[in-house]
Amino acid sequence: MADEITLEVARYRPEVDSSPVMQSYQVPLREHWAVLDGLTYIKDQLDGTLSFRWSCRMGICGSCGMTVNGEPVLSCATFLTDYAPGPVRVEPLHNFPVIRDLVIDIEDFMAKLPTVKPWIVRDVQSPVEQGEYLQTPEELEEYQQYSMCINCMLCYSACPVYALEPEFIGPAAIALAQRYNLDSRDEGAAERLEVLSSPEGIWACTFVGECSAACPKGVDPAGAIQRYKLTAATQTVKNLLMPRSKR
Amino acid sequence: MSTFHDVVVIGGGGAGLRAAIAVAETNPALRVAVISKVYPMRSHTVSAEGGAAAVSAADDSLDEHAYDTVSGGDWLCDQDAVEAFVAEAPRELLRLEHWGCPWSRQPDGRIAVRAFGGMKKKRTWFAADRTGFHLLHTLFQTALSYSDIVRYDEWYVTKILVDDGRAYGVVAIELATGRIETITASAVIVCTGGCGRVFPFTTNANIKTGDGMALAYRAGAALKDMEFVQYHPTGLPFTGILITEAARAEGGWLLNKDGYRYLQDYDLGTPTPDPVLRNMELGPRDRLSQAFVHEFEKGRTIDTPYGPVVNLDLRHLGAKLIDAKLPFVRELCSKYQNIDPVTSLVPVRPVVHYMMGGIHTDIRGATSLDGLYAAGEVACVSINGANRLGSNSLPECLVFGNRAGRAAAVFAARYRQAVPSAVQAMARDEERRLAEELARHAEGHERIADIRTEMQTTMENGAGIFRDGDSLTKASDQLHELRMRFAHAAIDDHSKDFNTELIALLELGFMMDVAESIIACALQREESRGAHQRTDFPRRDDERFLAHSLIQRGADGTGRVSYLPVTITRWPPGERIYGR
Repeated sequence: MADEITLEVARYRPEVDSSPVMQSYQVPLREHWAVLDGLTYIKDQLDGTLSFRWSCRMGICGSCGMTVNGEPVLSCATFLTDYAPGPVRVEPLHNFPVIRDLVIDIEDFMAKLPTVKPWIVRDVQSPVEQGEYLQTPEELEEYQQYSMCINCMLCYSACPVYALEPEFIGPAAIALAQRYNLDSRDEGAAERLEVLSSPEGIWACTFVGECSAACPKGVDPAGAIQRYKLTAATQTVKNLLMPRSKR
Repeated sequence: MSTFHDVVVIGGGGAGLRAAIAVAETNPALRVAVISKVYPMRSHTVSAEGGAAAVSAADDSLDEHAYDTVSGGDWLCDQDAVEAFVAEAPRELLRLEHWGCPWSRQPDGRIAVRAFGGMKKKRTWFAADRTGFHLLHTLFQTALSYSDIVRYDEWYVTKILVDDGRAYGVVAIELATGRIETITASAVIVCTGGCGRVFPFTTNANIKTGDGMALAYRAGAALKDMEFVQYHPTGLPFTGILITEAARAEGGWLLNKDGYRYLQDYDLGTPTPDPVLRNMELGPRDRLSQAFVHEFEKGRTIDTPYGPVVNLDLRHLGAKLIDAKLPFVRELCSKYQNIDPVTSLVPVRPVVHYMMGGIHTDIRGATSLDGLYAAGEVACVSINGANRLGSNSLPECLVFGNRAGRAAAVFAARYRQAVPSAVQAMARDEERRLAEELARHAEGHERIADIRTEMQTTMENGAGIFRDGDSLTKASDQLHELRMRFAHAAIDDHSKDFNTELIALLELGFMMDVAESIIACALQREESRGAHQRTDFPRRDDERFLAHSLIQRGADGTGRVSYLPVTITRWPPGERIYGR
């Protein structure tokens, strides 16, 4: 194994650059080193001006999504030795405005997320003193997969629809809506229907499936969207035919 | 520029979000803001794995949870605080359940509980082994439903504004633009978490740089029990990634290089095939990490390029149980260690995990300054004493986040005051300082990372699992030297746009304060208790040290240490007994 590998890193400094430029750095190639370790080596030893986000370095905080050799990945869970002998191309996630270097602007997602009401909605809240809402392991299993979303934005980066139609609510937000729709404790499905079944909701998705392929947590947003299309179609018909109390 | 909120919460993790919701619920008329250096769902609460303790089973009682906590903390816990904590923890976890937390369940739909270290009953609620992740996202998503909670995402607080013993707000930088803003408030709640990054090998995320502790310390608040640093016995070598205690609670064994369950040699009980509560692998973290050091000294650990290790054996649990109860452990081992715990031993070593000490607060979350509150790992109430029990920290975030939020809401509604001109001048001074920090270091010649690394090594060598007067004195001298060098630290980056190097510089400044306070308190405490083990004073000394250390910053910038008696209500100091 060579003892070094080249990282070609996209640089963009809005104060000086009109568009991104690539910059090469030599970093040690060591077993167990993630792409993120290469980047922190650059930051600490070679060039303090390189900006990127990271925190937990264990694939759960969702901070360090980047495009590595063209693929959206968590840089803390993507290893340099898998790219030897290199070079490794590191760019910001696609489909987002770039704030600086590898740092993207996710405000669009942050604004869309509350519109799908990703919280428990109930007609009547029972008091905490009455104990837990019962939920069997099977009922938990119904939505558990969709509750695993770490908001890392890899699915938005992979999504060809989001690339063309920025109004699309997008895979993670829809999967989170489904997470609550399928939770036996929730009664908010009707409230989420309008947003989800709008032109910017599920119907925008052409079921390419790139989101599920990119997801580092196995959430399967594409499956969530397909499943909800069926629900929404049925529900829309019901809403047309029945008074609210019977739905 | 200046903006006002009634209550400002610094930090958007478990404690911070819980506090913000508590403010909103207590008094909807109040304007509450959460300022966080990361998007709230990136907060380090996300990494907690094993679970959250609260009495819920029929065979359990609040007194038993309290006793386990007090004895686990080697009698340094304030027992009134512990009693309040255990009483309110079940309600807080139920509230999370009502908010949608996907707690693991029993077949009949009721909450499931698991065993945990130092706990005599099964009382740890869990969401598989991603409890912190689910807890944080549940809180974050629930907080989204409170549209009047304002968020400052990716803003970094550099100063708490205090005049005449009262907090008036903060100065903060917006990372994306470098904009500096004064955000005034009638009450400020610090919920920024711990400081594991002061040490070289830690489970803590990159963001855990003790900011809130240093902010409060610089503002004049006292820090408490800073010498008590928890080493978790099972971290993956190289990365320091945590392998949850739940792995042992589900039946995992710790083996030395001979395949021997060595904990039986350290007064932790006798090995049994199935886990026994408060026995062997389910002993408290301080004792297990100390046992590791003794094994190392006996030459019974295994050498690796990343230091000595022992093995965690989960193979006998089988794939089915591991996938059901410990899926994240399997994922982490596979990804970061290239091994499958179903078939292979997992190499582990003790790793800095948690800060028992923190900002001195009372039972309501109030600090020694009016209008300044703290909750979560950044605070020291103290329910954790000299050693925290696993699965007590998540409920602590909720119980005391709620308490601090309620207390701050009452204070903010009652004592709204005009911001004195002295505070406005102070804010302008801080803005000037930050501008200078960005420019001043252009001629510097020290790399931040080098000073940081040396500080971390100093802390590990001076104040590790075992310390003594010599190691601590040496560390104190080295920190003093590093402090001088820090004045000449260079930054390459002078841009205002998302300048992470400037933030790293400011974080390092905060970490130096925290490191110095840890060393100062450890040097003065001439006894061994819980996680503070002095080889030159190997016994607990209740005569002199049944007391909390308090450190306060003097006018000359150095810390002064004093002591505050521990509150004992029902459990007089006794022997910590495990496995017998």
